[in-house]
Formats: sequence, C-alpha cells, structure tokens
Amino acid sequence: MARQMTGARMVVQALKDQGVDTVFGYPGGAVLPIYDEVFQQNDIRHILVRHEQGAVHAAEGYARSTGKPGVVLVTSGPGATNAVTGLADALLDSIPIVVMTGQVPTFMIGSDGFQEADTVGITRPCTKHNWLVKDTDALSGTLHEAFHVATTGRPGPVLIDIPKDVQFATGTYTGPVKGGSKRYQPQVKGDMEAIQELVEALETAKRPIFYTGGGVINSGNAASQLLRELVDATGAPITSTLMGLGAYPATGKNWLGMLGMHGLYEANMAMHGCDLMINIGARFDDRITGRTDAFSPHSRKAHIDIDPSSINKVIHVDIPIVGDVAHVLEDLLKVWKSRGRKMNREGLDKWWKQIDEWKAVNCLSYKNSDKTIKPQYALERLEALTKDRDRYITTEVGQHQMWAAQYLHFNEPNRWMTSGGLGTMGYGFPASIGVQMAHRDALVINVAGEASWLMNMQEMGTAIQFQLPVKQFILNNERLGMVSQWQELLHGERYSHSWSEALPDFVKLAEAFGAKGILCKDPADLDDAIMEMINYDGPVIFDCLVEKHENCFPMIPSGEPHNKMLLGDASTKDAIKEGGAVLV
Amino acid sequence: MSALHIKKGSTKHSAYNLRPNFSDVIETHTLAVLVDNEAGVLARVIGLFSGRGYNIESLTVAEVDHAGHLSRITIVTRGTPQVIEQIKAQLGRIVPVHRVNDLTVEGPSVERELALIKVQGAGDKRVEALRLADIFRANVVDSTLDSFVFEITGAPEKIDAFADLMRPLGLMEMARTGVAALSRGGRG
Repeated sequence: MARQMTGARMVVQALKDQGVDTVFGYPGGAVLPIYDEVFQQNDIRHILVRHEQGAVHAAEGYARSTGKPGVVLVTSGPGATNAVTGLADALLDSIPIVVMTGQVPTFMIGSDGFQEADTVGITRPCTKHNWLVKDTDALSGTLHEAFHVATTGRPGPVLIDIPKDVQFATGTYTGPVKGGSKRYQPQVKGDMEAIQELVEALETAKRPIFYTGGGVINSGNAASQLLRELVDATGAPITSTLMGLGAYPATGKNWLGMLGMHGLYEANMAMHGCDLMINIGARFDDRITGRTDAFSPHSRKAHIDIDPSSINKVIHVDIPIVGDVAHVLEDLLKVWKSRGRKMNREGLDKWWKQIDEWKAVNCLSYKNSDKTIKPQYALERLEALTKDRDRYITTEVGQHQMWAAQYLHFNEPNRWMTSGGLGTMGYGFPASIGVQMAHRDALVINVAGEASWLMNMQEMGTAIQFQLPVKQFILNNERLGMVSQWQELLHGERYSHSWSEALPDFVKLAEAFGAKGILCKDPADLDDAIMEMINYDGPVIFDCLVEKHENCFPMIPSGEPHNKMLLGDASTKDAIKEGGAVLV
Repeated sequence: MSALHIKKGSTKHSAYNLRPNFSDVIETHTLAVLVDNEAGVLARVIGLFSGRGYNIESLTVAEVDHAGHLSRITIVTRGTPQVIEQIKAQLGRIVPVHRVNDLTVEGPSVERELALIKVQGAGDKRVEALRLADIFRANVVDSTLDSFVFEITGAPEKIDAFADLMRPLGLMEMARTGVAALSRGGRG
C-alpha cells in the first residue's frame, strides 16, 4: 500500500513490515530524524549500545541465535566506521545483518562535511551489498530489498546509507514485495544428476565422512533435522567446522567432534583417511585444510554450497552441488531411500573400527591439577553444570574459544555464537547481549579470555541498562594465550607483547557497573562459584584465574597435513617447520 | 630458526599456496559482464579484482540499454583456469550483475579496440607513417604540418603492431579504448 510519509518514518515502517522487533544502535547528528521516529513508537525495541562495533556484534548474536536478520542503526562518519569490523565479521561468517547509517545531506556529500565519510565506499568490500539512497521515493524499496539480499542465498551483512535530507523529505512508501527483489534470486535446488552421482558414491564408499559447516545452520532448522536423519540412516561418521557445531548433536552416536587446526584427532584422521568426503555447507577454510596439497589425498570429494564461488575455490571437488543445504539434503535423502537405502556396511564396520582406535587416543585428555584451575577443567565443569539448561554460548577469540569448542557440547543449532572467519576479539560480550535480547529467559554465557573481553568491556553499561543477565566467564591467564602459544612454538619463546599487564580487578569492575563480580582461583571452589554465577539474577563477571602456561591441543601445526597433529603431551619444540612459520 | 626469511608462497608447505592441484598455465580470457547501470557498480567490479588479487588487462564500460538501465563491462583478464573460474563465480555473486559470459570459451567472438595515435615527424618519416596508416586502414583525424593523429580500429594485436611501426616514425602519444567484444553468430 502506497502512503506518503517522511524518509525517517519510512525506516521505522519498513522495519515493522519486515517483522523487526529489536534494533541495536547509537544516535548521532545524521540519524536524529530516525531516532525521533523511534522515540514515537513502541513496536520496535531499541537497545542503546556503548560503541557501534558492539551494536553490530550484538545484532550478529541476535541473528545467529534466532535465524532472523539482526538490525543496526548508527550515525554517519565515526558511527559507520566503528561498525566496519562487525560488517567484516558478519561477511566472513555469512550472518544476515541490516545496518542503516545516517549520512550528511545529499547536497553536502563530497564536501568533507562534519562527520562525513564515504560509507558505501568504505563498506563495499565488507558487505554483501550496500546502497546510498539519494531519493526518498526510493527508500522503502531499497530497505525491503536490503532485507531480501541479507537473508537470501548465502546470508550476509548489507548497509543502507541514508542522507539526512532524505530522512526529512516526504515521499511514497511501498510495502515489501512477496518473494523479494526479482534481480536477486539465487538457486536453491541442487542439480539432480549431481545428487544422483553423490548417492551412488555414498552407496559404495568404504570410508565416507560428512564434513559440515555453518551453511547447515544458516539453511535453517529443517537442514539440521535432515542432516540428522541422513547421518543416522547412513551410519557414516560426521565432523563439523567451528561454525557448524550443533547442527548434528554432540551426543549423537556418529559424532566425531570438531575438525581443523585445533580439532579432534579422530575427526582430522578420518578426514585424512576417508575415501568419500561430503562437504555440506562448509568452505575448505585454511583452518580446516592445513596443507592443501596433502589434504585428504585419497578421497572423492562432494561439495554442497549455495555460493557457486565456494566450489573449487581452495580444494578441487569431484561432485559439486550448488544449492541450499535443506533443499539438497531433502532430494539426496529421497533418491537414496528410493534406491533401497544401500550402504557398504562391511566397509563402514571396518571404518568405524579404525575410527574407534583413533578415539582411544583420547586427544582431549590433559593433566589436571588440584592447585590451579586448568582452563579445560573449568570448561568441563561449566559444561557439566549447565548442559541441562536452556543455554546459549558466545565466545571471544583465542585459546578459550578453541577449548570451548572442544569441551562444551552443542545438541541444537543456533546455540553457539563465535567469530570464526574474521577471528574478532571483542565479539563475544556484545554478541551475548544480542542473544540475551532474543532469549530473555535463557542462560547466556560468554566464554572469554581477559584480553578479548577488555576490547568491548564498555558494553557492561548496556547489560546493566537493559537488565540483561549475561554471564561473562573469563578464563584469565593474564596472557594473549594463542599469541603466546605461537610465540612459544615458532618465535623462540620470545613473548613479544603478549601478556596482559595492568589488568583491572574484575570484581571491582563489575561492582562499579552495578553488576556482580566473582573471583575464583581454587579448583575446589569452582563448582560453587559457577553455581553462584548461574543463580545470580543479573550480569556477572566471573574472573576465573587459570593456569597461565597451558597450551591448546590437539594442534595441526601450520603447513602440515591432518595426519601430523600435535597432541597435548607431544614435544612442541620445532613442531612448525620453516614453511609453516610464514603462516598464521 | 631461520624460518622468517622464507618468501611467501615459495614453499609448498604454505597454507597460502592454495592451488597445488590446479594447472599453472596462464590463460587470457575476455569476459562480458552485464550489470545494472547504478552508482558504484564499476567500483564493485574493480574492487573485486584488486581485493582478490586478480589481473585486469583491459576494461571498458558503457551503457548499452538505456531503457533497461543496463551497462556492459568487457574485461580482459589473465590467470590459471581455476582463477578464471573463480573470477566468473565472484562476479556472478555481485548483486547488480545480471550475467557473466566468457567469450573466450563460449564459441567464436569478435574483439575490437579503437586507438588514437599521435605521430610527429617530417620528410620521409612523415610519408612512411602515412603509407603504413593506409596499409592498416587507419584514418587521419587531425593533421598539422609536422604531425598526424591516426584513428585505428581492430583487434588489440593489430593496434599493437601499428603502434610498434609508428614508434621509430615519431609516435608521441596514444589513447586506447580497451576491448569491446561480442560473440559471433546469432547467439545472445
């Protein structure tokens, strides 16, 4: 229905028509007309963050935990540039985010006006698409197209830059078009011939493995259900990337655990030794493949991905299938069932025997201590004390993130929010705020390192203001743990600037914001302290002082293939050879 | 450890050496990209090439359908077959891109480029320049007592050859449009 209204009102109307209930933002001169409209309505909640980066990460947390797009409203210039890290993060992890930025009036663009930045120019390479709207009549159509682009195909962040005069001017509002913009309609159905070929390969494979990623989660709940059905019916083992945890339950009998640089021994060995690899919604990231010319050398590889540019980008595949995971899995299951549900059972039995031998290595074992809290132990206890609750986990980036992926178990999709592709320290705390906004009664825990956490600690104000009882579980080793680990392994134990000096007293910090602080340093007190954190009705900073020298294992050293893993008790000296040292 | 002296990509141990199983033959391809004629679309295409480290040998762009707001970008690029495939897939991902055609592999095509070439000289050299221009069917579009501006149209190789001949005869300046290309026959 076409109606006349101001551009600013159109923004609020379009958000309502798109079903948006929450916006994360920060006001400023160039978005004041929109903020004035936000003030005069009650359908959309606005969450005032303390920094625009926090707004985008919060929107990411909201999006990843709900499957709906996250929405951000910030001002021009510094508002927009502060949002850039979040946009890049969402682009690499394929998270649907709609960011609206204010801009100086159209007649001032290019004059270096106050708080002017070339926002579409700056954000072009870190958005899926962006728009500068110069005409109020084009605004509503652009807003609706933005939601369509962000959520269709491979999801991603989009940005709409709205000059202040466009917000003030009156124009014609049009509602959303069913099915979205005609010019952007990615293919969702997979090619049936390729699916048939994959079924034939699956029926005869002696050592098949499913390798799944964030694409399964992005495809929606149906994709996870179909994946579970497929894996359980075929009896093949399954591993997942960091981004895909929860799509197949960690309690499932075919689950091997996460793969990759800090993945489980059995998962990486199975990837190396398989004869059929079925990649579902993952992208052969370098954290997964290790050395590409020795990556799973004896397997046929199939790749299901909605983005054609992911196919053959890094690893050559034999059976490429472009399509949405849920659509392709549905067809795959149909074909496999109609052909009589055949599998090479004899081969599979032998394969599982081999996998069980690898599992027996027990790669996550570590030497516990009754004097200091081992970070692995802290996470094991956190898992034990929270697993039966309605729980969502976010993380920052580093050792604690890898330990969380190893020691926490996810049985449902959308329960695990972490910065995978970009590796953004400072992601987890604002993300936990976004998750808690979407799930007010759930237990939301950010597993953090002290260094990462400090990067966006200003969001304590947001948590207090909006009464969001997010739990900040900080594994405090007074180090940039992962940086130290690499310096130890390949820079001659010269720990250049990788320790956390002048740390705040986290308990006092919590109290200064009006939150609860808990300090724990004795393993004997840990359970009680965790329970105190869970039972407290409000935000908690949990300062868990852990063993300072602990390294994260297993580990595939850079430049090595999957079957050259370092385990916890292995000698790490000279583990990374010359070629690997140039890598990150 | 002497590890840090290693050049990036100099060893197969590098995770950045991401194309071990692919051919390393470098091919030249001409791509025709049909895009919505909207602000920033050229920046998206060029940004893709610079951001991902692809080569642009030649690039032309102009509106080809005013009513439909469509522009055609013709790009000549070089890379391994796998890189060329990536370029096409990445171009196809850009929202305002309607179609990407690889004219090099999709059957025969014609390629034309226009150049303006200024030659300064007197006496025999001036006569020789004019004679060669006639052989190459280049037109004189500006003339003074000691200079010509030639207009020449043809495949890039023909323009290269003409420019090489003009160099000893007093070539001063050259402007080239870059390649425009279409498939031959009745195909779209």
